[in-house]
Amino acid sequence: MIELVIAERCTACNACVAVCPTNVFDAVAAGPPVIARQADCQTCFMCELYCRADALYVAPDCERPTPSDPAAIVASGLLGQYRRDSGWDEWAERYPNEQWLMETVFRRAAEAAKAPPSL
Amino acid sequence: MATTPNREAPPDTFERDADVLVIGGGMAGAWAAAAAAAEGAAVVLVDKGYCGTSGVTAAAGPGHWWAPPDPPQARETAIRNRQAIAFGLGDPAWMYAVLDQTWRTLPTLGQHYRFPIDDRGQVNYRAVRGPEYMRALRALIEERGVTVLDHSPALELLARPDGTIGGAQGLQRQQANRPWRVRAGAVVLAAGGTSFLSHLLGARTNTGDGYLMAAEAGAELSGMEFTAAYTIAPERSTMTRTMSYAFATYYDADGREIDAPFGPDQTERIARALLAGPVTCSLHRLPADIQARLPTISPNVMLPFDRWGIDPYRQRFAVTLHTDGTIRGIGGVKVADRDCATTVPGLFVAGDNASRELVAGASSGGGNVNSAWALSSGTWAGRGAVAFARRAGGSATARLKPLGRAGLHPVASQGPVDVAALRAAVRSEMQPYDKNLFRSGDRLIRSRQALDAAWRLIADHAGGHDTNPLAARETAALIATARWSVTAALARDESRGMHRREDRPGLNPALGRRLLVSGFDDVWIRPDEALPGPGLHARELVA
Repeated sequence: MIELVIAERCTACNACVAVCPTNVFDAVAAGPPVIARQADCQTCFMCELYCRADALYVAPDCERPTPSDPAAIVASGLLGQYRRDSGWDEWAERYPNEQWLMETVFRRAAEAAKAPPSL
Repeated sequence: MATTPNREAPPDTFERDADVLVIGGGMAGAWAAAAAAAEGAAVVLVDKGYCGTSGVTAAAGPGHWWAPPDPPQARETAIRNRQAIAFGLGDPAWMYAVLDQTWRTLPTLGQHYRFPIDDRGQVNYRAVRGPEYMRALRALIEERGVTVLDHSPALELLARPDGTIGGAQGLQRQQANRPWRVRAGAVVLAAGGTSFLSHLLGARTNTGDGYLMAAEAGAELSGMEFTAAYTIAPERSTMTRTMSYAFATYYDADGREIDAPFGPDQTERIARALLAGPVTCSLHRLPADIQARLPTISPNVMLPFDRWGIDPYRQRFAVTLHTDGTIRGIGGVKVADRDCATTVPGLFVAGDNASRELVAGASSGGGNVNSAWALSSGTWAGRGAVAFARRAGGSATARLKPLGRAGLHPVASQGPVDVAALRAAVRSEMQPYDKNLFRSGDRLIRSRQALDAAWRLIADHAGGHDTNPLAARETAALIATARWSVTAALARDESRGMHRREDRPGLNPALGRRLLVSGFDDVWIRPDEALPGPGLHARELVA
């Protein structure tokens, strides 16, 4: 579930308010948006992808909140990971889209499953 | 207050006229809007969330069922392989048309999606990343002049006096639930399927709303018994991305390896093990070169592991299976003709909102077939809706009647309804492996009784000023969809494709036809008169 809006990074662009598919955030006049309906979060990480300031942190647990320390999360280097690996915004060109390899992986797995055990 | 269904729209309503209204902004809805706008139609698209992030495509990495026309054997082989697992319910002409439409249409996104070059130097169109794909589709429909209303869930369809569908209304949840009302020449329902509130990635807004609205208009549903698909994920996570798990090794509570090799039976074997106790998993067999490239193949897959501090290639982690419901399942509104019209004039259907038996048969359409279907059915429904709107002509001035019932207008006394408890009731019938994956007549009857009781509560009492209309309508849709699924599963007293009845393990040749389900207080089942078979000739379907 969405856990943190890191205030010192947030530019109050409210992109997260707009793009969250389950309407978790509320915009606030002249300030970072607030997590108004955390229980509605579907843990899809889409808000992180659209946050150019890397100010959002979604914990992977989709069943219950995960208390998260902003300072520790900032220090962890995890913020912005999804956007970077996806090659979004300023990361374009540097992180390629290799989604097409998925098919190759399944094919290799099927071949490996057919092969006799290599013991 | 959100809607005033029995009166003219209140003065603060957002009102718009359009040739075509598309309900749902996932890939099927976006392709429908793109196709309708390309015909020169005025198109409005409404999305419960945000067109670009909502729906199950957005957070995934859909492949498309894909076979170029050359060599011709490629398509024949693809169709033959699919027919082999369709168990008599697929239609090769529709399969051919889907393959052809997908091959023609997907590359048209090239202005907005950078299709990558594969190892052989070829442009790879078929496998796309969900977030980039939906972002590109949004850019395409905006470029074509589609009006997109985000955070604007549809609550009910609107019918003209002659019974044809002429629009819909709902609320704009980021504008203090201001009502919206769109009058349209025709409506495309592309509101998705439902996973019955499992934690399938991206499925939270998919509550079966389109099924409910279509059924209220008089449409029937088909293939609703084929809702027994499940997908592996790390426990307490939504990450139902399966590629890495093709190489997974599974262990029981005592640490013994479970015999669940990669293949068609793997899910059932893991589910059996999960019924006996916790199951853990290791991805140590994923080849090192794939491990290294995983972030650039599927950038979200490592997020849970990295944030939990788990090395999935060296450590074992607990796993679960999430229900896919009608999303990787088959069921949906019956498609009545080649335009993806329903049996209700003016109402068209696309993607997971539509039954995919025509192309998937009795086996899961997975990501491949379902994505190709969403693209193709969206394209056909969008064009069909434009043609209908042009034929309907000047009926836009007709008075429109709202069709919504359960969750909006209580049959008995209006009163407080515990929506959370009703949602939990749906989950407890549709999630457990021993109810929905491994089925039996007696357990299905008990599920049906529990769901009937839930239906009575929502239909009799929900609605009115003290109710959140979106939550009530979603809950009504979830319960209605679960009842249709369970009733169809009872009627199909055999095992066919993904529908497995422990008390009826074999195929019953007499049931080699599609089952149609309809109704609310009473649920009806009847066999589809049209036997699957040659159907329409492929040429008729291909534009």
